[in-house]
Amino acid sequence: MTHFPILSLLTFLPLVGAFFVLTTRGEEKVVTRNARHVALWTSLINFLLSLFIWVNFDTTTADYQFVESAEWMPAFNINYKMGIDGFSMLFVLLATLLTPLCVLASWENVQVRVKEYMISFLVLETFMIGMFCAMDMVVFYIFFEAVLIPMFLIIGVWGGPNRVYASFKFFLYTLLGSVLMLLAIMAMYFDAGTTDILALTSHRFPIDLQIWLWLAFFASFAVKIPMWPVHTWLPDAHVEAPTAGSVVLAAVLLKFGGYGLLRFSLPMFPEASVMFTPLIYTLSVVAIIYTSLVALAQEDMKKLIAYSSVAHMGFVTIGAFTLTVQGIEGSIYQMLAHGVISAALFLIVGVVYDRIHSRNISDYGGLVHKMPAYSLIFMLFMLASVGLPGTAGFVGEFLVLVGVFQVNTWVAALAATGLILGAAYMLYLYRRVIFGALPKESLAAIGDMSLREKAVFAPLIILVIWMGIYPTPFLDVMHVSVEHMIGNIETALQAGQAVTVAGQ
Amino acid sequence: MTLASIPNIIPALPELFLALIIMALMMLGVFHKTGGKEDVKASRLISLLSVISLLLAILLVSTLSGGRLVTFSNMFVSDTFAVYCKVLVLTGSALAIVLSFGFQERHDMARFEYAILIVFATLGMMMMISANDLISLYVGLELQSLSLYVIAAFQRDDTRSTEAGLKYFVLGAVASGMLLYGASLIYGFTGATNFDQLAELFNPHHGDVSIGVVFGIVFILAGLAFKISAVPFHMWTPDVYEGAPTPVTAFFSVAPKIAALALLIRVMVGPFGGLVEHWQQIVIFISIASMLLGAFAAINQRNIKRLMAYSSIGHVGYALIGLCVGGEAGVRSVLIYLAIYLFMNIGVFACILSMRRDGAMVEGINDLAGMSRTHPMLSMALAIFVFSMAGIPPFAGFFGKLYIFLGAIEAELYGLAVIGVLSSVVAAFYYIRIVQLVYFEEADQPLDKSSGPELGFVITASGLFVAFFFVYPTPVLSAAAAAAAALFAG
Repeated sequence: MTHFPILSLLTFLPLVGAFFVLTTRGEEKVVTRNARHVALWTSLINFLLSLFIWVNFDTTTADYQFVESAEWMPAFNINYKMGIDGFSMLFVLLATLLTPLCVLASWENVQVRVKEYMISFLVLETFMIGMFCAMDMVVFYIFFEAVLIPMFLIIGVWGGPNRVYASFKFFLYTLLGSVLMLLAIMAMYFDAGTTDILALTSHRFPIDLQIWLWLAFFASFAVKIPMWPVHTWLPDAHVEAPTAGSVVLAAVLLKFGGYGLLRFSLPMFPEASVMFTPLIYTLSVVAIIYTSLVALAQEDMKKLIAYSSVAHMGFVTIGAFTLTVQGIEGSIYQMLAHGVISAALFLIVGVVYDRIHSRNISDYGGLVHKMPAYSLIFMLFMLASVGLPGTAGFVGEFLVLVGVFQVNTWVAALAATGLILGAAYMLYLYRRVIFGALPKESLAAIGDMSLREKAVFAPLIILVIWMGIYPTPFLDVMHVSVEHMIGNIETALQAGQAVTVAGQ
Repeated sequence: MTLASIPNIIPALPELFLALIIMALMMLGVFHKTGGKEDVKASRLISLLSVISLLLAILLVSTLSGGRLVTFSNMFVSDTFAVYCKVLVLTGSALAIVLSFGFQERHDMARFEYAILIVFATLGMMMMISANDLISLYVGLELQSLSLYVIAAFQRDDTRSTEAGLKYFVLGAVASGMLLYGASLIYGFTGATNFDQLAELFNPHHGDVSIGVVFGIVFILAGLAFKISAVPFHMWTPDVYEGAPTPVTAFFSVAPKIAALALLIRVMVGPFGGLVEHWQQIVIFISIASMLLGAFAAINQRNIKRLMAYSSIGHVGYALIGLCVGGEAGVRSVLIYLAIYLFMNIGVFACILSMRRDGAMVEGINDLAGMSRTHPMLSMALAIFVFSMAGIPPFAGFFGKLYIFLGAIEAELYGLAVIGVLSSVVAAFYYIRIVQLVYFEEADQPLDKSSGPELGFVITASGLFVAFFFVYPTPVLSAAAAAAAALFAG
């Protein structure tokens, strides 16, 4: 099939923008202004391009669409191959939507080295989109790990006082996980003779090998998701990262892990996945309850939201391993909803941080008197994070719980406590920041949100309500792919059982 | 003497060409006017001519690519493997001379012998690569080593440089002695020094070999491990790297390493290929020890040249994984790794050479602090090189490691592969610390602005190679594949 390589265009357009920003010369002021505008327009055009792809996306097939491939390393039978299906389509949209918002959110609060900042974000966008579109394991791995470079720089250069520690922890933790995955990819390559994801999905690996491969992939994805107990890099990274860095980290980078589990671990190693499901359930339930309790005790707003992210990602992993349509769709939906909600929450913290330069909850109080619009938006996203029906957060968590209830009621019951704890820490946060009297002098002159800030939130508000009230357009995109995958896994499991029975 | 008894000189044409050039350049240098300005002029002229003749030698070497040619009573071989390695070595030497253009004049090192010695060493390396006999191996190795000892001490008024030269000489002499002893053991137990004969003798179908031969191999391995600075024969590396003038260090870290590794590969898979079970575990140990030491010992280094010394020890460890794997796939991965390593390393050293404050060289890694504010492009290049050395995609260094580990997994050396990737994570720590200093910190005192056009050229060229290797890797891959195949064809 030869057509216009639209996915490559989508992936590498931001890189072209980054190149233009890099080559701008002249006075500091002019360069800064140009950098901002180039970054904004490039990412906006990219967003429109991804909308175009979404409109033309065929929701009736589970096949990869807009496929393109080119010979890359013929000696090794490794090729450049791109394509999207129901799993990746919406994540691509998430990445393209959030990049312009991040650029816009950093319009005024990033004043130093704007040129490098914008380059980092555009390069980051390229790697994120490429990761979701890759149809070859090596291409996937390159994008997956290359993300570390811009994110390391974003945290390290524009971060808070403890940024060096946080950026190193982020970098080394994730690298440690991913190098083991690299070895697993190589082992798969020698077993199957290819790195084509489509071919690997239909290849049946021997069960002993599956266990090792599953563990190696899990090492990488568990760090990225992050799952308890390898989540400790996340609060540090979030606290130190600049606002937009936290947004991308929470909204897109954390989804790499969940996406990887759904794309690789489940369909490629079905037997091992079933075998390790209790492990996943245990770790996820511990994550949900433990990190919710930890979140309750936080004094730093960003840290609180970071811990809540770990808890929400616990639902994602539970849902994915239920192997039910509701569970997996809920898991994907939860990732998308979390992408929108946590992005908004970090932006909300960023708004007051720009004014007071503090993230301590105790430095705030009674903001409702000075910032009514801000309080309203905060309330909406706080409730969405809690999972209020009618917001995006509800649909994902509900579907996951429905899915897991069919498989294991205990896990469902324990996971549901996360909803209660989630309500507790979010409402407690909201009360301390927004309500009460306004006693502090530092807050006396605080102003409400500017038009630019409202513009950043507008698309997120629309999305969070739309996804809560009418989820069908989003669920339709993934539905066929999810059913197809579950069908494949069941066939593989039955075939495996038949072999064991015959062996006996 | 009849015409027929004159050996065929065609396979050794590039070597002969370089040898003649060296003599001509020496004459030119000797008869050039001396004193003050004239010395500088002479050294500039001869450096330039040396670079041109090295480039011409690359051309000459490439014309020999294709079949396997032997000459000088079967002591000298020229095959595609030799051509590939010689091109790398010649490129490394030429770039190293280019790097020293400005340095020589600034640091009172402007003497015409410098470039000539580098070409001499290069000639020795080419002999090593083409050696097909233990004797020609030794001759080539010594021609190289003696030139290197002198270059290390070239800044003769600097105690560190003379110390480096002396240390290198004493330890290098011991290593050469070991190698020679190993060669004599082999000769004593087999009666042969020619690689083709040895390969025939050690053919696995001929039954067991005597313990003396194994001892001989161990000694030869030890001697060569010294030359590639693999653990446990690495002790000289940090001191020599730190003491030698920086362009010389740049040269040391690429050309002699590539040549010695090529020689090691030729010896191990050629004559001793049949004894692989005897030497494989030794190479596995050397490889693991080098990777671990390269990763852990560099963490505490404050001098960037020492740090690069440990980093190069680590890289040799990775390259040796390919040798443990053996076979065409393993050799191919080493050859790809060497090509990538050449450009990463030369690039980093070009950046180090640009680190000057008030005209004087600075070498502490803390002097890099805040460089991105004053030197944005240089910092970006350095970051690319350093990320590449850490093996982060999409830069070239990742692909080097990818092929190496692919080989290890294919040969089912899982333990080696796991230790390799884990030590690469540890090594990533000190690599990204350089990025941290360059980008995250503020400068106390900015570094000097201009770095000279020659450094700019080297940085740009190697930076483009490292950054965009992923776009079209096929030329390097197929050249390395052809070279590896040639080694196993004959």
